Amino acid sequence: MHLDRLSWSVDGRVIVDGVDVTPPTGALTGLLGPNGAGKSSLLRLVAGVLHGAGAVHLDGTDLLALRRRERARVLAFVEQDGGVPESMTVAETVLLGRTPHGGLLAGMSDDDRDHAEWALVTAGAEAWRDRMMTTLSGGERQRVHLARALAQDPRVLLLDEPTNHLDVRAQLDTLAVVADLTAAGVTVVAALHDVNLAAASCEHVVLLDHGRVVAAGPVSEVLRPEVLEPVYGVRCTVLEHPRDGRPVLVFDRTPR
Amino acid sequence: MRRGLPAWAAFTLAALVLLASLVVAVTIGPAGIAPADVWATIAHHVGLPAPGTLSPLLDGIVWELRLPRVITAALVGAGLAVAGAVMQTLVRNPLADPYLLGLSGGASLGAVAVLVLGISVLLPVAAFVGALAALVAALTLAGRTSTLTPSRTVLAGLAVGQLAAAGTSFVIFWSATGDSYRSILAWLMGSLAGAEWSSVAIAGVAVGVVATGLALASRPLDAFALGDTAASALGIPVSRARWAMLVAVALLTGALVAVSGAIGFVGLTVPHAVRLVVGGGHRRLLALSTVVGATFLVWADTAARAMFAPRELPVGIVTAFVGAPVFALLLWRRRGREA
Repeated sequence: MHLDRLSWSVDGRVIVDGVDVTPPTGALTGLLGPNGAGKSSLLRLVAGVLHGAGAVHLDGTDLLALRRRERARVLAFVEQDGGVPESMTVAETVLLGRTPHGGLLAGMSDDDRDHAEWALVTAGAEAWRDRMMTTLSGGERQRVHLARALAQDPRVLLLDEPTNHLDVRAQLDTLAVVADLTAAGVTVVAALHDVNLAAASCEHVVLLDHGRVVAAGPVSEVLRPEVLEPVYGVRCTVLEHPRDGRPVLVFDRTPR
Repeated sequence: MRRGLPAWAAFTLAALVLLASLVVAVTIGPAGIAPADVWATIAHHVGLPAPGTLSPLLDGIVWELRLPRVITAALVGAGLAVAGAVMQTLVRNPLADPYLLGLSGGASLGAVAVLVLGISVLLPVAAFVGALAALVAALTLAGRTSTLTPSRTVLAGLAVGQLAAAGTSFVIFWSATGDSYRSILAWLMGSLAGAEWSSVAIAGVAVGVVATGLALASRPLDAFALGDTAASALGIPVSRARWAMLVAVALLTGALVAVSGAIGFVGLTVPHAVRLVVGGGHRRLLALSTVVGATFLVWADTAARAMFAPRELPVGIVTAFVGAPVFALLLWRRRGREA
């Protein structure tokens, strides 16, 4: 997938400024940056929910030039605080992921139900299948929205802060689901604000600041003090994880 | 966990209750008519072998007065329930309903305006235009659709509805020569007293075409429940679909108001009751809402004409006695949720 010079501005203020990156196929790319860097807006542009300038190429097709429904068969998007449908169960909500497949006026087919069931199990939400969405905790809802996106059977999955409001265990569980997906060839781009979570789980990272790409590449190249310090305005020390050798970052406020 | 019946059982049960209600409602009234007489009349008029012959008087009461009225009530109830359910989803507001958002009032105003001008052929068209104008006015007043809060929408609908009601009353008062109050009440509170077979035709076509069309759009409607962003990411052209379906609701409301005046609270109460049984999925919700809405209005209208016979209550008074407490309950359950 190649994000080709994506830009978006509102009321003359540039929010996303010519972002041109190529998240590797079948891998997790972390989208990092301070608050207001344009992470959410970039994801919404790629999802075609916002309309700006630029293109998103996937195997020679511009996803943004596709019809909405066709795009939704290839690309799924989980927003940060997804809507909570009243009077709908978890299973019904996950089934909504099948909306772009099949006829608009047709009912759900057995194939749709099979996909939704697979998504429910894969995302680890099957225990709540018959509960009403309104009775779930924030973390549980997040998981159901992930399952709904999986039911879309996407080749590209965009996640906006998928680990927000989650406890440590739930964060790792969610990232384990993502790891299974990337192993199956799905390209995942996730906005994350926890740099260490990105360091521990992403193959590739894109660092944004003021809507621009400051650095993009493998974790070891981007998550270095000289790259992070000017963006976040903090002092940064990189350690090595004793078990897997991945970087562990420690921050403090004293500027160097 | 959802309690209660499986959806197909609930639907079958509700359909049987509706069928029985239609027959029983026709028998209720000052002239004593038995269920068998109802069947005999219907059989006679549709050309089936009739089990006996009725006196022309009874036949007239059943075929010319009660049957068209009861069937119109059923169709209007079905249509209003669907209109309410769809509006609640589209403007993401549990308090939405064609009456509360002013559509019914706008439709009444449109209808009396063409009646005064003497072009009653255009009645359903004028009611549709009135409903559409009221819808646009209410939603514009409430703000952008993506940021609508329930209270703002209802307040905007109230303003539009009150203005339309004043307009309706004024037009009738100004044009009528004698006692105009009965006519004002009939348009503002609804009445099925004037129902004829032509009313059945108008309401039948509206419900048959528009309500069926909306029920066929269950999948996009379901996606709306996730919010605009998620619906858009699921391939729904959100604003186009929303406006198309809202126009369909205005069309339906216009046709219904043209035959029955502005009947409130059916579109508000019925979908909420139905959701408790079959949940928020629109395929089931809309199917069951039509049947329950039809049954509800058949009984409300029967009560309206039988309780104080020979005087008639406007049917909207009966639906308000049931619906307003439900409205209050919904407000109470949502207290503290948003401004």
